[in-house]
Amino acid sequence: MADHIQYNLEERYEFTPKLRKQLLMVIGIGLLLLVAGAVFLALDTGGGHHGGGEHHGGGHHEGGGGGEEHGYNWMTRIWANFWLNGIFFTEIAVMGVLFLAIQYLAKAGWSASFLRIPTAFGNFLPFTGGVLLIVFLFANHDLFHWTHSSLYDKAGEEYDSIIANKAPFFFWPFESGSFPVFWLARFVLYFVLWYWLYTLIKKQHLAEDNIENRLNVKHYDKATVYSAIFIVIFAVTSSTSAWDWVMSIDTHWFSTMFGWYMFASGWVSGLAVITLAVIYLKEQGYLKMVNENHLHDLGKFMFAFSIFWTYIWFSQFLLIYYANMAEETIYFYERLYGYDGIYSPMLVLNLIINFVFPFLFLMTRDAKRKAIFLKVAAWGILIGHYLDFFVMIMPGTVKENGGFFLVEIGTLLMFIGGFVLVFANTLSKYGLIPKNHPMLEESLHHSI
Amino acid sequence: MADSKLIEKHKYMVGIYDHEEKIIKAVKEVQKQGVKVHEVYSPHPIHHIDTYIGHPRTRIPIAAFLFGATGMLLAIWMISYMLAVDWPMIIGGKNFLPIPTMVPVTFEATVLISALGMVTTFFIANNMGPGKKEAMFDRRTTDNRYALIVDLDKNVAKSSEEIKVVLESLGAEANPKIIER
Repeated sequence: MADHIQYNLEERYEFTPKLRKQLLMVIGIGLLLLVAGAVFLALDTGGGHHGGGEHHGGGHHEGGGGGEEHGYNWMTRIWANFWLNGIFFTEIAVMGVLFLAIQYLAKAGWSASFLRIPTAFGNFLPFTGGVLLIVFLFANHDLFHWTHSSLYDKAGEEYDSIIANKAPFFFWPFESGSFPVFWLARFVLYFVLWYWLYTLIKKQHLAEDNIENRLNVKHYDKATVYSAIFIVIFAVTSSTSAWDWVMSIDTHWFSTMFGWYMFASGWVSGLAVITLAVIYLKEQGYLKMVNENHLHDLGKFMFAFSIFWTYIWFSQFLLIYYANMAEETIYFYERLYGYDGIYSPMLVLNLIINFVFPFLFLMTRDAKRKAIFLKVAAWGILIGHYLDFFVMIMPGTVKENGGFFLVEIGTLLMFIGGFVLVFANTLSKYGLIPKNHPMLEESLHHSI
Repeated sequence: MADSKLIEKHKYMVGIYDHEEKIIKAVKEVQKQGVKVHEVYSPHPIHHIDTYIGHPRTRIPIAAFLFGATGMLLAIWMISYMLAVDWPMIIGGKNFLPIPTMVPVTFEATVLISALGMVTTFFIANNMGPGKKEAMFDRRTTDNRYALIVDLDKNVAKSSEEIKVVLESLGAEANPKIIER
């Protein structure tokens, strides 16, 4: 179908000062809202907050006796929000790298024309990594129950044999309850490995622009090898990072599906961001060669992986529901009935936005080929999966003090602004089209 | 498509081509010259040939959705009837109609009914199935030839001689045969 139209292969994305200003404004507004929200929280909880023993509803094990929670303070909610957004945007950024790696490993041709977009995602990893590290170092006692050393003291009142048995996973080779060396080492390792392999793939991907002979696939082959290494490493680290960062918040609870669950959530969010970025760039007149056939495939990806996420979510839920063991059901009990039920609307909404909505909305062929439908679907999926991460992280950290108001909106805006800023800045550094990519021709003729 | 017993017989001209590119070019060119293409037969799927011929889009996804919805309702009815009406039983301490446990069976029934329904629809729509006589215009289209069928009764503006010339000029085998069915 594709007639021989001459495309501008040299086109570059121009990061306009206007956009930069707008993004900085978004970050500024976010910061303002955050500060306002923080003031509200501080005033609200300033006058003697209900103590640790008063955790209603959820029957949170970890509470045990009074004072064990080491006191919720208004800062906890802010830290939790930074942790939540840090995780969410880390997932999106690393999924861009994964998308790139998959395209190389599968020798995929259709995506070559917009491959520079997911390539720009990975540059946000150092930022989220830094934020998460700072949050952990400052707020580990607020967010992570397992960091309290009193849990590991056999003689102490708060000794918790279940958590003590898991101690080496956090503290090895140090003594239980001291400094979480093993946990932090893994944290650093994830980011270093991901970012390092990302730069390796990106370097080869960009070096392709400068080759003189288009038949030279040296860089393509090298990038494929690095992609393979990345995928093998990511297969393991995507699961273990999910345990470390999110599952360990609910320290007693565990699920063997959790790694996949978080991966599915992150992957479909990443695909939604790629789709949105492609559509917005097209609207600004870039990426002329990306047509409705490419959008159709991106739409299929979002559709398919929304169902995949549902499959994983439901598999985890069904086993827990059916076995009905207290140590497992606590996770859903907390979210559905605990803390005066503040999280249950979000859990239900989460299922509707992330499954029912994309399933019915993206089902027809036309919906996947029209930019406006895809935009609605992608924004819906992004909101839904932000909620999904919210429901994963918030009940275990801020408990009955959770909610969605100024602090949440402010932090989210700051991260969105930061992500787009880094993304646009990275994208403007190199050509928008991988002009010597061996699969580019195939991508131009992609037609389904 | 046409069932010979019910519908008046039509005359078809069968242009045989020996290459995929030739037939794609022929389909486009023939229509430019005002001849409507009835159908193309090929030993393998040809990308976008249906749009070149001008066939309307297949409605099989609609059938799939309807069959899927039927399967879903059927499964929900079956499970509810069995577990809550016919023989209520407490299993694992759950209530009589535990919705989460219904999901896997409902999913499977949806897939099964929609798949079987689609196959049946496909067979009926194409007049195929066990015991049906095959309706090939040229047996070589299962091997290495491509057939372009022109319904002569729907192309009355041009004589069969003219259409023959058009087909041959685009690389068809000489003297395309005319089949009545």
